[in-house]
Amino acid sequence: MAATEKYKALTDAASAAGVTDLQVREQDGVLYIDGTAPSGAVKDQLWQKYGQIDPNFTGGDLIMNIKVGMDAAVTQVKVVTESSNLNIRKGPGTDQPIVGKAAHGETITLVSRSNDQWWLVRTADGEEGYAYAQYLEPVQ
Amino acid sequence: MKILKLLPALVLVAGLSFTGCKPKDADVKASIEKSLKEDPSTAGVMVMVDKGVATLSGEVADETARTTAETKAKAVKGVETVQNNTTTVPAAAPVTITADDPLSGGVRDATKDYPGVNATVNDGVITLTGEISKASLPNLMMALNSLKPRKIENNLTIK
Repeated sequence: MAATEKYKALTDAASAAGVTDLQVREQDGVLYIDGTAPSGAVKDQLWQKYGQIDPNFTGGDLIMNIKVGMDAAVTQVKVVTESSNLNIRKGPGTDQPIVGKAAHGETITLVSRSNDQWWLVRTADGEEGYAYAQYLEPVQ
Repeated sequence: MKILKLLPALVLVAGLSFTGCKPKDADVKASIEKSLKEDPSTAGVMVMVDKGVATLSGEVADETARTTAETKAKAVKGVETVQNNTTTVPAAAPVTITADDPLSGGVRDATKDYPGVNATVNDGVITLTGEISKASLPNLMMALNSLKPRKIENNLTIK
């Protein structure tokens, strides 16, 4: 249970920070942590902790899948790309044709969170399609 | 002088017959504990005995261990009834590993914005080669970790 020991500070922090549905198990030398963080800040804090234990994420001994819990009432999301526009696609995948774009910093409508990676959104112009969830931040 | 030699034995017999009729709760408790400790699956069970009623509590791994604990307690002399209050620990959800097909699609999406990064997927293991900036690395890792791979072999050069 070497990985369990190695990342104990991280799993302790996760339970202390109120991560729900927290699952921690070690299998074949890899530790799997799943859970839902109460906020994006908590998720960032856990990733920071991970970065302190394994600065370049090269250990190959941890898979941390922490989602951010989101109020079902949230209907607006902000585009948080580094600087570029965000592609809106016909289906969930980068192999899907681009049907529209949302500007960096723009607030758009969240239609549904059909999967963890791709959310269905609608722009102010009425263009509807899938955008990569990592570049979207809920607006409370 | 025969009587003197026999004296310790007599005392012992008297003592045994005394406790033999009705073992003391404390002794019963000790016997149950000893019996439970012999089996690793029941070693963590806590015991209380009051007037021959043994109460078992604590967490065990599964139903089998619960039954074992109860059977062991019942077998101890002086136990009239067993109150089995042990509970089973809910099993951790098994680790789900994404199949290679959807995983490859997810990896392609996640690495699209990092032109210097090459990623391959084999039996749930994502192998990363190429280069990335230190600032972008956490974001890429977050996206890849959320795809539920078996493992990530990160051989990226950090710029």
